[in-house]
Amino acid sequence: MDNVISYMSKYIRVLLHICALLPLVMLFYDLSYDNLSVNPIQDVTIRTGKPALVLLVLVLSITPVRKWFGLHSLIQFRRSLGLYAFMYASLHFLVFIGLDYGFDIELLQLSVFKKPYVVLGLLAYLTLAPLAITSTHGWIRRLGKYWKILHKLVYLTGVLAVSHYIWAVKSDIRQPLIFAAVICIMLLARVRAFNRAIYLLRERISTK
Amino acid sequence: MQTIRSSEITPEHIYVSRRKFMSSASKIAVGAAMMAACSRQSDSTDTSLDAGNISTDVDELGDSWTNYTSIANYNNFYEFSVNKERVAAMAQDFKITPWEIDVGGLVKNPGRYQIENLLTKFDQEERVYRLRCVEGWSMVVPWMGFPLKRLLDEVEPTMNARYVRFETLYDPVQLPGQNDGWYSWPYVEGLRLDEAFHDLTILATGIYGRTLLPQNGAPLRLVVPWKYGFKSIKSIVRIDLVDQQPITLWMKAAPNEYGFYANVNPNVHHPRWSQDTERRIGELGRRDTLLFNGYAEQVDHLYSNMDLQHNF
Repeated sequence: MDNVISYMSKYIRVLLHICALLPLVMLFYDLSYDNLSVNPIQDVTIRTGKPALVLLVLVLSITPVRKWFGLHSLIQFRRSLGLYAFMYASLHFLVFIGLDYGFDIELLQLSVFKKPYVVLGLLAYLTLAPLAITSTHGWIRRLGKYWKILHKLVYLTGVLAVSHYIWAVKSDIRQPLIFAAVICIMLLARVRAFNRAIYLLRERISTK
Repeated sequence: MQTIRSSEITPEHIYVSRRKFMSSASKIAVGAAMMAACSRQSDSTDTSLDAGNISTDVDELGDSWTNYTSIANYNNFYEFSVNKERVAAMAQDFKITPWEIDVGGLVKNPGRYQIENLLTKFDQEERVYRLRCVEGWSMVVPWMGFPLKRLLDEVEPTMNARYVRFETLYDPVQLPGQNDGWYSWPYVEGLRLDEAFHDLTILATGIYGRTLLPQNGAPLRLVVPWKYGFKSIKSIVRIDLVDQQPITLWMKAAPNEYGFYANVNPNVHHPRWSQDTERRIGELGRRDTLLFNGYAEQVDHLYSNMDLQHNF
């Protein structure tokens, strides 16, 4: 399976770009054909935030999936996924401050701190931005061993982003909780004991 | 299942002309006969009005009425769908005839009313109100309806009655959202007796001179313009006068976030978001939210001795 991925990587990459850009293309399509709801700014906010979150979960899942299923060649897609997550997060951020609040700093200052989910979202974005900036080969080389340490920040981004989502919904938090559960599993995957349990489980299944 | 396309809806300039017709005929009796006359008017296509010359109608603050398409296609009605844009399609086949409303509890004359009887019994009048959703958006809606106090006077609350409790139809087949156990159905809302008797509080039966659509709470809904939209319960089947403060659906769902009063108030915030500003549907900027949704002059005496931070 891992071989198949390496062999097909060119095509998988094309597919990845298509899938990652699809939400944006659909958004522009709906924008130009006036298909958004009568509350279009809210639509655009949600439709840039959700893809950012989904992509972030995918980024966090690369390492555990590699480990558990031996799909090591997946690593080559991680940077693209991360950068797309950052692209959607940036759009989401710009839509909020620009479209929603019209770059009105005074109004933003007033509202941001009364809306704790906004603070969480902002923190999530601020932790993601340095990772996007330092994602180039040049920065990987320059930072050396610190690069890996810095990029551990993505765990924090994940927790902040999903908390931001839970706090933003009106009452029914079932969907955000699914995201939270996935993020939890991905974080647990970094715990050795948890991984050992997964290996044991896999062995037991394969010996049956 | 399909959403209502704008082409299926009578263009706004016809409503406008219809409304002008109505105001010119306002000396004549309003009510059911009136509404029938109006629908005849809309059948004759009025080409003399320029289609671009729309929405000259404004509320008392000078804000334009929200267009009918938006009102009919952007609805919070969780019994149909939690997606505001899907409610209209889901509600298309909702059966509103026959429809009975039981009015009882602590009253001298309890009764069961057919919706047609309410329409003829009480004069239907137009009330243009702002509607502010707790989610931060708002509309200006030209309702048709009658003051709730007319109905209350009819049933005569007893001395012990202190609150009015309203209940939406419970029918999980027609209202599939009621199968979702996250909320406790049916939808329940309530008002204090003085709020219920306030002249601004109406039972609505129409919008833009048209019979109410299911997604807007047909055939009968409450409208309390100085409170957040969720207080204005839709598709009512029961109204009871009670002595205890009713526990509403939203109070059960999130007691620390939604209180009994739910007055629109830019100084009292939802625990997770501010209520300073709102977006009027059809506008892109934000506008300041007004105390009691702009009806402070009429209603602030109801709350003069109350801590509104506490009684949110």
